[in-house]
Amino acid sequence: MKLEGKVALVTGASRGIGREIALELARLGANVAVNYSGSEAKANEVVDLIKEMGRDAFSVQCDVSNSEDVTSMVKETIERFGKLDILVNNAGITRDNLLMRMKDDEWDDVININLKGVFLTTKAVTRQMMKQRSGRIINIASIVGVSGNPGQANYVAAKAGVIGLTKTTAKELASRNITVNAIAPGFITTDMTDKLTDEVKAEMLKVIPLARFGEAKNIATVVSFLASEDSAYMTGQTLHVDGGMVM
Amino acid sequence: MAEVLERVTKVIVDRLGVEESQVKLEASFKEDLGADSLDVVELVMELEDEFDMEISDDDAASIGTVGDAVTYIQSKL
Repeated sequence: MKLEGKVALVTGASRGIGREIALELARLGANVAVNYSGSEAKANEVVDLIKEMGRDAFSVQCDVSNSEDVTSMVKETIERFGKLDILVNNAGITRDNLLMRMKDDEWDDVININLKGVFLTTKAVTRQMMKQRSGRIINIASIVGVSGNPGQANYVAAKAGVIGLTKTTAKELASRNITVNAIAPGFITTDMTDKLTDEVKAEMLKVIPLARFGEAKNIATVVSFLASEDSAYMTGQTLHVDGGMVM
Repeated sequence: MAEVLERVTKVIVDRLGVEESQVKLEASFKEDLGADSLDVVELVMELEDEFDMEISDDDAASIGTVGDAVTYIQSKL
């Protein structure tokens, strides 16, 4: 198995894309720290599924926008598993609104979790990965971070920020054999996208060449590629996994 | 002093791949020992582990030479 003996930390892993990522990494042999913010029961469900596969896992509550929480989450992961090979920054929220109506706290919440959270978590794992002289950091951005999207100024700004952060981190850490890549998912069916109206969904379908919405599994398999030796010579890249929406 | 210097020297030799004879008190990590900024960050991390202490980012920024490191560590022991 291509991730045999590896240790992964996946943020926002109790539901949606993060859950599928955690399960896929475990399927390929990794032990996984399953981070969640509010959904403890769902996170424990993911842990149980991973244990059924014969891997080790535990759930860890943490608000990724809180520096101290993040530091202790990373510490706990390393204490528990003895090392840390793979970080998947997946935790994210939406607070959609038109720019003209967007409140300061809608902007701040999304930037804090979706962008600052990636910064804090990346910073916290870097020490361990530098010591190991190896590491894989995979940031889940979004295709709207590349294309823009009305009603999502905060989310788009955060995701575009994640893509820039990915490139800079990749350059800073390349000499220590740590690769940093991003994935920009398109329309993936999850709790987060279920909130969109049918009208919006129909509009989106029109601009997807593959003419269907993606599934969390489609993202998880690309994460596992970026987490493995198969992607050893790639860093600083953003892979669009969006049915061809943005080329 | 001698013991701290000895341990600091060992960390520097291991990390930067320099000769022990190059590690003089006045030697600057960047100018004389060929370290880049990331090397210095890493060196500070290793010194933290070696001496079981935390070196704050502000303090770390003031450590530029071997002597700075030795003096700082001694003041904290």
